[in-house]
Amino acid sequence: MDKVIIRLQNIHIEFDDETIIENLNLDIKDKEFVTLLGPSGCGKTTTLRTIAGFVTPDRGDIIFDGVRINDLPPHKRQVNTIFQKYALFPHLNVYDNIAFGLRINKTPKEEINKKIHEILDIVNLKGYHKRSVDSLSGGQQQRVAIARALVNNPRVLLLDEPLGALDLKLRKDMQIELKRIQKQMGITFVYVTHDQEEALTMSDTVVVMKNGLIQQIGKPKDIYDEPANAFVADFIGESNILSGTMIRDFLVNFDDAEFVCVDKGFGENTPVDVVVRPEDIAICDPDKGAIKAVVKIVTFKGVHYEMIAQSKNYSWKIHSTQYQPEGSQIGMNIIPEYIHIMKKEAGTAN
Amino acid sequence: MKSRVIAVPYVIWSGIFIIVPTLFVGYFAFTDSNGTFTFENISKIGKYANVFGRSIVYAAVATVLCLIFGYLLAYFMAHLKEHQKSLCLVLLMLPMWINLVLRTQALQNILMDNGVINRLLGLLNIPSLKLLDTSFSVVLGLIYNYLPFMVLPIFTSLEKLDNKVIEAAQDLGANSVNVFTKITLPLSMPGVYSGIIMVFIPCLSTFVISEKLGGGKVYLIGNVINDMFNQNYNFNVGAAISLVMMLIMIITLVVFGFLDDETKEGIL
Repeated sequence: MDKVIIRLQNIHIEFDDETIIENLNLDIKDKEFVTLLGPSGCGKTTTLRTIAGFVTPDRGDIIFDGVRINDLPPHKRQVNTIFQKYALFPHLNVYDNIAFGLRINKTPKEEINKKIHEILDIVNLKGYHKRSVDSLSGGQQQRVAIARALVNNPRVLLLDEPLGALDLKLRKDMQIELKRIQKQMGITFVYVTHDQEEALTMSDTVVVMKNGLIQQIGKPKDIYDEPANAFVADFIGESNILSGTMIRDFLVNFDDAEFVCVDKGFGENTPVDVVVRPEDIAICDPDKGAIKAVVKIVTFKGVHYEMIAQSKNYSWKIHSTQYQPEGSQIGMNIIPEYIHIMKKEAGTAN
Repeated sequence: MKSRVIAVPYVIWSGIFIIVPTLFVGYFAFTDSNGTFTFENISKIGKYANVFGRSIVYAAVATVLCLIFGYLLAYFMAHLKEHQKSLCLVLLMLPMWINLVLRTQALQNILMDNGVINRLLGLLNIPSLKLLDTSFSVVLGLIYNYLPFMVLPIFTSLEKLDNKVIEAAQDLGANSVNVFTKITLPLSMPGVYSGIIMVFIPCLSTFVISEKLGGGKVYLIGNVINDMFNQNYNFNVGAAISLVMMLIMIITLVVFGFLDDETKEGIL
């Protein structure tokens, strides 16, 4: 588990004088599920295509299992890709699609046959081998794409937003299924998505990217609980991000109230960004709250209510199972562990 | 209801210009000069069997050569940048806006004994070549005139090919030869089939090209029909040959349509 299988070293990529990837360093461990997460245009797909061999970095090295593979063409790399819209071969049926890689490698016929029936079993497509790929649903095409890649026993599987075209229910099912397949086959997955929920659900490690730069690398829980900066906080889950002042260690002022916090080392009277998750706000009587606010909008979200509450300076987003009617006065308290303090970033709102 | 109204002008058009003339061809083919019903015209066609054969050979050779050059050109064009593609398309189609007779006449002047090529050879003290009125000049004329009809459908099908599919093949270990034989070629077959049909049929029925560039030495079935109508004024035999020609073409279409479906089925 701790062996590094792919190492990206100082990768720098430009297209038409525009920097896409800036000095990227990333270690991917063997059998790990790594997700590259970020908004569109953040360079996550380019990073994946660099590993696959479709993009050659202008500077930097791609090390695969200790060997530099910058100059190795895609067809010689021990990785397989699942493309965004599957890119199945339209002129071949399910069986021939999956057999493609094996036939290129001159695998004996019987072995191909055996492997394909095994893999069809794994992706739950038993009995579909003769079907034309056009006759399959999106979810089934997805499974064919997975089978087509996995049947070659790649060391690493690259997945480029593979669930983007599926509806929500199917997406959730496939998330679980992909995770199961990854564990069952013991393959390293490098997964690209802009869906933070997907990233948190499936990954061992999440790499958050923005404008070609890695913002944070960590376990899903760490990234959610301890976002490195306001961008990560905002992108992963929902957040209230507001400007505050660090009065001294363990004491912060924001929205005209003082709060005890667990952070230190910012100096005295330093401007900082404060991040509070909507579900971490406790609602109480107006006179008992550190901050007073008026509920403006209430939306029922299933498990909880989402409320927008206006305080003197800030419009708070609150998730609570406790219903508060629109227009009511509320008090808000936040315990120290739920207050996340970050160094001030240029251009943060409020 | 509305769509039917829109179709009316076309129905009238095809009635006047397609169905009625075809009926006339049928009428002439099965009557003699007095207008009485006969099979005599059809039975006379046997005389022209060798001309039919020659026409099919010429059309087939021209089609195969068009396919080879046309595929290469289409493949080259499909891999150009967008603005280069449009330039190539214009260059390809520009000659098609000039009348076929005129183009063929120009080619005749180039190939003549004292034409451009031979005069250039003369300047270099190379003995002149017999280029015009040969099989070579006729096949060259056929290729020159009909190559665009091969290039365009193949180009279109190559253009439609999703680059992601090619990347997927490379990702699965296919080198450039594998990519071409297993992905590009099979996926461009619809374009190849339409190209073959669009080149073979006009090549089969041509008379201008064989007349201008064959100088009477390459006598094709198109020339026979042309002579029947314009020199011998034997509309009946001319019509009978035309009818058989039409049958051959329909059979070609059906065969290729059939092949197309079968290959599709074989693949699926």
